[in-house]
Amino acid sequence: MPEAPAGTLYRGREGMWSWVAHRVTGFLIFFFLLVHVADTSLVRVSPEAYNAVIGAYKNPIMGLAEAGLVAAIVFHAFNGIRVMLVDFWSSGPRYQRVMLWIVLGLVVVTMAAFLPRHLMNVFGGGH
Amino acid sequence: MSETTAAPELAAPRAPRNRRSTRTNYELYGWLFMRASGVLLLVLIFGHLYMNLMVGDGINAIDFAFVGGKWSSPLWQTWDLLMLWLAMIHGTNGVRTIINDYAERVGTRVVLKSALYLAFTITVVLGTLVIFTFEPCPAGADPELLASICFP
Repeated sequence: MPEAPAGTLYRGREGMWSWVAHRVTGFLIFFFLLVHVADTSLVRVSPEAYNAVIGAYKNPIMGLAEAGLVAAIVFHAFNGIRVMLVDFWSSGPRYQRVMLWIVLGLVVVTMAAFLPRHLMNVFGGGH
Repeated sequence: MSETTAAPELAAPRAPRNRRSTRTNYELYGWLFMRASGVLLLVLIFGHLYMNLMVGDGINAIDFAFVGGKWSSPLWQTWDLLMLWLAMIHGTNGVRTIINDYAERVGTRVVLKSALYLAFTITVVLGTLVIFTFEPCPAGADPELLASICFP
């Protein structure tokens, strides 16, 4: 059993959970970035090697994972703007909660623009 | 129960806070960098996702010829180079913060951060070399797999 901390700074609610989500999405995006630079590097090996690996990104399971990755990036980007507004805008801290709901609304709108196009590319006919 | 415990030393109310926990301002610069690079990365990455996943056939259009066509343009070379460096520094600094928060033992922190900085160095060097040494029309390659710019 880990030692129980004397107290906790975690306060719950929108402020803490948006911070948790920002961390988790940032962490995931970073590891995808390492993989993505490695797979792109195969263009230096041969056209066949690159096409074989990038082909793996075109199967339906990876297509869904890409949708999740894009959602993580879009949330991290918009919530990052919210973090900056909290830091630099004098009224930012007062509106941090409503700004989170605006961020989530913008994520939904952005994904609504992205998903039909992407899912058609992934599942629609494949050409 | 008879032992007495020493009263904790407390600063007087409103005592001037002149203690500094660090000698440098590097953490401040890091904090500022996360915000400045974040704004640029939003533009760079949204542009990257739009060009690669939304335009034309999206992900289905991505192959060696697609990369060849894109990196024949200095604009996309610069775009991708900037994106690589900014995203890697931004991401490495973020993961460094996570390690500092959760890895409590000094040894664990040193091991995790060494692995992180190694991954940073390898990825940035590899990515930079690939962008600048990429040959879009390699001699002897199957012409079917190459970009149209290889056949003027």
